Amino acid sequence: MNKDAESKPAVEVRGLTRIYGSGNTEVIAMRDVNLTVNRGELVALLGPSGAGKSTLLTAMGLINPPTVGKILMGGRMVMDGHRPLVNLRTFRRKNIGFIFQKSNLIPFLKARENVQIALELNGWSSFAARKRAWNLLDYLGVADRAEHFPSALSGGQQQRVAVARAMANQPELILADEPTAALDSHRGRQVMDLFRKVAHEHGSGIVVVTHDHRALDIFDTIYEMQDGVVSQSEISAS
Amino acid sequence: MNLAVKDIRHNIGRFFLTAIGIGMLLMIVMGMGGIYRGIIEDATLLIDSLDVDFWVAQRGTRGPFAEVSRLPNNLVDRVAAVPGVAQARKFVFHTIQREIHGKPLRIAVLGLDWPQDHGEWLPLISGRCLAQSHYEMIADRTLGLGLGERLQLGKDFFTVVGLTSGMIDSGGNGLAFFTVSDAQAIQFDITGESIRLERAARLGRASRIDLSRIQPSLAERAEGESSIIPALAPPSISAVVLRLESGADPHEVATTISGWADVTVYTGNEERALMLAGPVEKAKLQIGLFRMLLTIISAIIMALILYTLTLDKLHDIALLKLIGAPNRVILGMIMQQALLLGAFGYGIAFMLGQKIFPRFPRRVILMDDDLVRLAVIVVVISILSSFLGVWKAMKVKPNEALS
Repeated sequence: MNKDAESKPAVEVRGLTRIYGSGNTEVIAMRDVNLTVNRGELVALLGPSGAGKSTLLTAMGLINPPTVGKILMGGRMVMDGHRPLVNLRTFRRKNIGFIFQKSNLIPFLKARENVQIALELNGWSSFAARKRAWNLLDYLGVADRAEHFPSALSGGQQQRVAVARAMANQPELILADEPTAALDSHRGRQVMDLFRKVAHEHGSGIVVVTHDHRALDIFDTIYEMQDGVVSQSEISAS
Repeated sequence: MNLAVKDIRHNIGRFFLTAIGIGMLLMIVMGMGGIYRGIIEDATLLIDSLDVDFWVAQRGTRGPFAEVSRLPNNLVDRVAAVPGVAQARKFVFHTIQREIHGKPLRIAVLGLDWPQDHGEWLPLISGRCLAQSHYEMIADRTLGLGLGERLQLGKDFFTVVGLTSGMIDSGGNGLAFFTVSDAQAIQFDITGESIRLERAARLGRASRIDLSRIQPSLAERAEGESSIIPALAPPSISAVVLRLESGADPHEVATTISGWADVTVYTGNEERALMLAGPVEKAKLQIGLFRMLLTIISAIIMALILYTLTLDKLHDIALLKLIGAPNRVILGMIMQQALLLGAFGYGIAFMLGQKIFPRFPRRVILMDDDLVRLAVIVVVISILSSFLGVWKAMKVKPNEALS
């Protein structure tokens, strides 16, 4: 991304609608959603199950194209309806990081390698990627577990490694789908604090889908989603 | 980062167990190829070892190996007299089965034309060549006989004076070498009772003709030993083998001998071709087809294994796609694993084969050409069999990582 692009929002969605099925089986999962996430902004997306949160998240992650609407990243239009305007996989690799509720890490790679692979896929040399992976894990407080496989890590440690991988390529946007659902409240809070740190220190826009209302104070903006419609939450953000 | 190696490292036990399974399958394919080569090698071993220019066999027959050939003993003198022939030797070959050490033992008997041939051309591993015209033998070690061991064949006892290695006939039976006269004695040995009955029959036939009444000594002769009856031919030989003088015209010699109405002449190569086209042809075909089937089965099993391994990794593949791994990375991971599996399987097959094949009752010959060909086949199978897994992996969508 160039400097001009860096001044633009991390992601901007305009009039996103996603319809599954057709005729009698038609379901509108997302209806005319407009949302902007700026760089360094930590955004929460709340809502009950089936509200369309994951549909919106995967649409922003360029893995589930909308039926109608536009997605812009760094001011550049990347999706026009279901039509991609860039190579999605390459774009995703360079500009988007993902964190999920569980099964986040590749089980046959050690913690450090899980971070390193994201860098190597983006053209980093093995040596440089290894060094950066170490630094990231150190930054997130899991360097001592770097040479362990995911199965030997606790849920919180796994999420930290996932965060390290998500931010490895310094993406404009990090998308997290219920990242604390499998964690106890203490560790959940730690992970949320980590998001805030990453957003504010590294300048990535972060969207977190969550049910955890106890940690909402850390978010810059909170949106609520109901029946496919997004609205600014009345719950106060920090 | 090599994802294939990392995945194998994480599941090393499963990988090696799978490789051992594939290795054993490939060992059978390798062994089949070795048995195929062994049959051909065994079939042509004697012909190649003798290394003669021409084989003279009974007219109309396909030589001493493909079918029975009977020729008079004195044919060797006729052949030796042909201009251009440096050396002519009698060739006697037949198979016997005896019980030795309480076990049935098949012996391929070969007559050496004493005194010209003492067996100097044989690959002796211990002992010596024949040193006397009777009652000595050289045995191949596959027969299980020891040096100095005495063996009764027919009415005579033979002492093993030498041991060879790798001298077997087309049926895989170990060869034993005797002088031609001893080989004939073993071949034409009959019991005392049979001799007495034959003499009585001859006397009966003689007494039915007037000549025996006019000539009483004829009846006495008929009742006597076979060897003193001039009308009876001595035991026959299987073939005559000959070597040409240097500079002799092979075509001319062959034309001269072929002109005789009682014999057929074959070159060494023709005799070899007759052997391969005749007795071993069906065995060769059968093993060849079986090997082909095994190769196909190996390919199918490898494809299923790789497909299953890929199914196990579908979530990881979806995750890789989600974080932006290009298809070539995923395709490379599956194909490299397939090739590593094939390579390890091949290595295991080779190592196991080296230990197991020498214990087979028949020779299993692993030739470099065959090993290279099988290695290429394994590479092709590995690549082809990974296609099923690759196809499945390509169908995985990145959002499946979220489920």
